[in-house]
Amino acid sequence: MTLKVRIIPCLDVKDGRVVKGVQFEGLRDAGDPVEQAQFYDGEGADEICFLDISASHEGRGTLLDVVRRTAEVCFTPLTVGGGVRTTDDFRALLLAGADKVAINTSAVKDPSLVTAAARRFGAQCVVVAIDAKQVGPEQWEIFTHGGRNPTGIDAVAFARDVVARGAGELLVTSMDKDGTKSGYDLALTRAIADSVSVPVIASGGVGNLDDLVAGVTQGHANAVLAASIFHFRTHTLAEARAALAAAGAKVRQPIQGNLR
Amino acid sequence: MLTLIDYGSGNLRSAEKALVAAGAREVCVTADPDRIAKADQIVLPGVGAFADCATNLAAVDGLREALETRVRGEGTAFLGICVGMQLLADVGIEFGSTPGLGWIGGQTSVIQPGSAELKVPHMGWNTAEPTKNAVFDAAWGGAQDVYFVHSFAFRAAYDDDVAAWCTYGADRFAAAVVKDNIMGVQFHPEKSQRAGLALLEEWLKQ
Repeated sequence: MTLKVRIIPCLDVKDGRVVKGVQFEGLRDAGDPVEQAQFYDGEGADEICFLDISASHEGRGTLLDVVRRTAEVCFTPLTVGGGVRTTDDFRALLLAGADKVAINTSAVKDPSLVTAAARRFGAQCVVVAIDAKQVGPEQWEIFTHGGRNPTGIDAVAFARDVVARGAGELLVTSMDKDGTKSGYDLALTRAIADSVSVPVIASGGVGNLDDLVAGVTQGHANAVLAASIFHFRTHTLAEARAALAAAGAKVRQPIQGNLR
Repeated sequence: MLTLIDYGSGNLRSAEKALVAAGAREVCVTADPDRIAKADQIVLPGVGAFADCATNLAAVDGLREALETRVRGEGTAFLGICVGMQLLADVGIEFGSTPGLGWIGGQTSVIQPGSAELKVPHMGWNTAEPTKNAVFDAAWGGAQDVYFVHSFAFRAAYDDDVAAWCTYGADRFAAAVVKDNIMGVQFHPEKSQRAGLALLEEWLKQ
């Protein structure tokens, strides 16, 4: 009877297709986003995350249409990000069916957007996505534009700052680990999770179920995000739940009691 | 007809889709007091801050009065979701204090799980434990995990008005309130997959 660890399949979307790369490069097709979302909805995903990974640098808008079509068929909370620059972008995504909106590049460029969005829509729907690379012992730097641009900003200090400005959740991605299947950057995840009062989602690097478990037990994350192990059907969400439960984490059982 | 109140504060599309999936034949999305005067069932969504939602509700001419008449006067079934539930309280304590509808005694205040490891917002799937209520009984027959996302909680003045409880660390708050024809749920049935749809289905049927 407590809050459960969330397991979140993440759909990186480019030009209307789900893609998966290694350290943000070398993209491989992983299917239709709406079909994938529907599959995860049926599997009892705790949330689904859509990230338009090309939006920032190509200056494109976000995937309103994908979000809209997904919201038609899925009754799972949706977090959507990519190319969000203004509170009107937030509003358009929320109206299309997103529950939370993730901002990354824009939050670095203009941290006041975090406050403006939290005031207008509530902190609970403002997710700040932090893409960080290790630059020294226990030291990580923020990168923007899908990992292309270094900023010189310390990731942990930035995390504290955006939470003070109104972020309701942080999505922490290790760029060193992304797509490597070698596990989350647990030190990064833990450094941020232990520094802020809001929930943290661990992201980047999951290769097996033990990595998900470590994200919670060692990374202190409140939610674990993964892409390829789910997209390519290496593991089911039920297997992920079972692994977390075996390690003592509280997870949701999608159907309980006599619910029809 | 089922009327979903559009006052600029709700996740209307998600709520509408879920209500249709749960069996609503037709959903009228409106803030028009004349339409509300004829509604058979009324759903008030709400996302964001209490004060903003209360202000938006008050900003629509005649909306508050139409709701008072149709829900409190004429007994039309009413469902408030998330901040739409919190608005049922007498007052919202969230960055200052703002009057609510005052239909169910109580106030809102910040969630205090009592441990730094337990984060706020209370975000994700937690267990709603029904007390005694026909809609919850028929829908679930017991406790279910449902999706919450909120930093403030409804503190009911009378435990009898609480239809389901939720526990988060040291804090325990109303997951649902019910009084006569008025129901409010803190969680998001429209985002709670089968458990949420089953609840909406039973609420629509009552």
